[in-house]
Amino acid sequence: MAHQKGVSTDADDSGRVSLMNDPKARGLIFQGLLIIAVVAMVYMGISNAVNNLARAGIASGFGFFNVRAGFDIGQTIIPYTNDSTYLRAFFVGLLNTLVVAVIGIFFATIIGFIVGLARLSKNYLVQKFATVYVETLRNIPLLLQLLFWYKAVLSILPSPREAARETGVEVAFSINNRGLYLPRVVPEDGSSLILYALILAIAAWFFIGRWAKKRQMATGQQFPVFLTGLALVLVLPLLAFLVTGMPLSLEYASLQGFNMVGGWIIQPEFIALLLGLALYTASFIAEIVRAGILAVSHGQTEAAFALGLRPNLTSRLVIVPQAMRVIIPPLTSQFLNLTKNSSLAVAIGYPDLVSVFGGTVLNQTGQAVEVISITMLVYLALSLLTSAFMNWFNSSVALVER
Amino acid sequence: MNKKILSAVVGVAAVAGMGATVASAATLDDVKAKGFVQCGVSTGLAGFSAPNDAGDWSGLDVDLCRGVAAAVFGDAKAVKYSPLSAKERFTALQSGEIDLLSRNTTWTMSRDTQLGLNFAGVNYYDGQGFMVRKSLGVNSALQLSGASVCVQTGTTTELNLTDYFKANDMTYNPVVFEKLEEVNAAYDSNRCDVYTTDQSGLYSIRLGLSAPDEHMVLPEVISKEPLGPAVRQGDDQWFSIVKWVHYAMINAEEMGITSANVDEMLNSTDPNVMRVLGKEGTFGEAIGVSNDWAYQVIKQVGNYGEVFERNVGASTPLAIDRGVNALWSKGGLQYAPPLR
Repeated sequence: MAHQKGVSTDADDSGRVSLMNDPKARGLIFQGLLIIAVVAMVYMGISNAVNNLARAGIASGFGFFNVRAGFDIGQTIIPYTNDSTYLRAFFVGLLNTLVVAVIGIFFATIIGFIVGLARLSKNYLVQKFATVYVETLRNIPLLLQLLFWYKAVLSILPSPREAARETGVEVAFSINNRGLYLPRVVPEDGSSLILYALILAIAAWFFIGRWAKKRQMATGQQFPVFLTGLALVLVLPLLAFLVTGMPLSLEYASLQGFNMVGGWIIQPEFIALLLGLALYTASFIAEIVRAGILAVSHGQTEAAFALGLRPNLTSRLVIVPQAMRVIIPPLTSQFLNLTKNSSLAVAIGYPDLVSVFGGTVLNQTGQAVEVISITMLVYLALSLLTSAFMNWFNSSVALVER
Repeated sequence: MNKKILSAVVGVAAVAGMGATVASAATLDDVKAKGFVQCGVSTGLAGFSAPNDAGDWSGLDVDLCRGVAAAVFGDAKAVKYSPLSAKERFTALQSGEIDLLSRNTTWTMSRDTQLGLNFAGVNYYDGQGFMVRKSLGVNSALQLSGASVCVQTGTTTELNLTDYFKANDMTYNPVVFEKLEEVNAAYDSNRCDVYTTDQSGLYSIRLGLSAPDEHMVLPEVISKEPLGPAVRQGDDQWFSIVKWVHYAMINAEEMGITSANVDEMLNSTDPNVMRVLGKEGTFGEAIGVSNDWAYQVIKQVGNYGEVFERNVGASTPLAIDRGVNALWSKGGLQYAPPLR
């Protein structure tokens, strides 16, 4: 039939060809079938799990989120007590993960860039030191490094009773096996003006930068943006502090009973995790930075010098922008790794999402399927968000091809 | 490309399909088919379940596993052990990875009703306590306000601790670890002032510290911790076997049947003894094992009193007093329904 039709119709009447012979329609049909198959599989998987749970007499559903948690957590960024709900405990764990990931990324990037540049240094000592750093840290499993920092470094520090001389004496700084104790800034009435002054200074810095760039494009005159901005950020809040009558005070830690009380306490678990994550990831970032810089051909430097740019400006305006193009995509995956690796916190007792939610909450509620699924979704979402941000950043620093 | 996706879908389907075979009903048939009992135990708690230098497990909880194997196979050695952390234990039982959980696990209502488990009895009545360094000069748990407390995650201990400090209007700083060894190490290195878990556990853990004599267990017992074996819900036969192995060991102690005199006792004309040893009635057949099941348990593992003395009693380093774990006839709580 189809053959006869094909013969009898005009050559340009292709709409009547059998759907199976139209590559576009065929593709759509198969992709549609595939989607149906995937959805059916997922549905079967979920309903299978639900049925099995019901048959085994295991509670399911998400009702547990509103139930009182009844346990305490060692480090909480948002207010949390044992009367809070499991949902609150979830957010406490999530924030603890985010804090260590964000601070870890910050330090890993800085250390990584410094070490990466040091590996290219012409100074023999600096260059060898950076090489040893990279080769040592990136070749030892992260879990071992965490255990090293926690057990071999931090836990052999003296206890607060040994470290502090007397009960009740205030100390500005103390590091012992219960954590790092620093003075805490306590805001008093009227201190919000200082914060506003800081925000104003940062905004001013931003606008001065834009104005200076515009002026330089138009007239060629330069303006010391960095120094002006720094001065604004330092002077404006200080002025506000003096004008409002110095409404900030410092609270110091002192030994009370078993532990140091007061001040700003950073738990040893957090320090160990941060050290481990930042130093380990920095060794990978260092190699990425080195690769990125080496990827810019030496001809670029020579060309810049030939135009009369000083070495400083050559790096900033010619080398780094081109190196960033190579550096950012692998850097993104290091950031993702660091965030995901933070789940190793469970080994050293830092109350991150996996420890609080995937550990304690899972056990107290017994709802493994729900809790583990949510935990996985959270890490997936964190990774996708980081990727999205880095992709945006990448496109904003990418070379504009003319 | 499509081919690749298709094969991935098939792979996912294969994984999802595996879920369907879990939680099959007849555990006894599975156990008989594979020839051993897969028993979930702790990762090492002296006196309850701990491996020795040669890798052989022993302890109060281990002896229950051995008892079940003796009842099913007539061979107490037909057991394989899965060391589990507190966090892993219920999932391992629910998923069918183990046949029996005998791992100093507290019987609570939520565990009994919401986790798909059944507790088959109480083989050790315990309560939660606190251990501290003697150098702190503390002699009551009520003096612990402000302390750092080491605790294992996923335990009733974690909740009791919160309740106790709250009820007494005290504060504390929890330091939570997943594995028992990690909690021990953290306490030993003075990360915490206080270690809290079941008192039996504290006595056991204290022996493993670098300087046991520098530590003491405080007198307060802040909770009821009935520890016992658990099985999956929905398999009454297997539940009965585990339950009655435990009861047979208690009944044997009550009647004075020991591993030493059990062969002699076979000649006894006391109908109670004859029923226990399978000389009268078909109690074994009723639960799907041979009629001399209790004889094998007593012969190879011993009665409850023997098991207690051998693992945690006065002759062991733990030196735990029978206390509430004595037979009901001697002022304790261990009471078994009659075997008849």
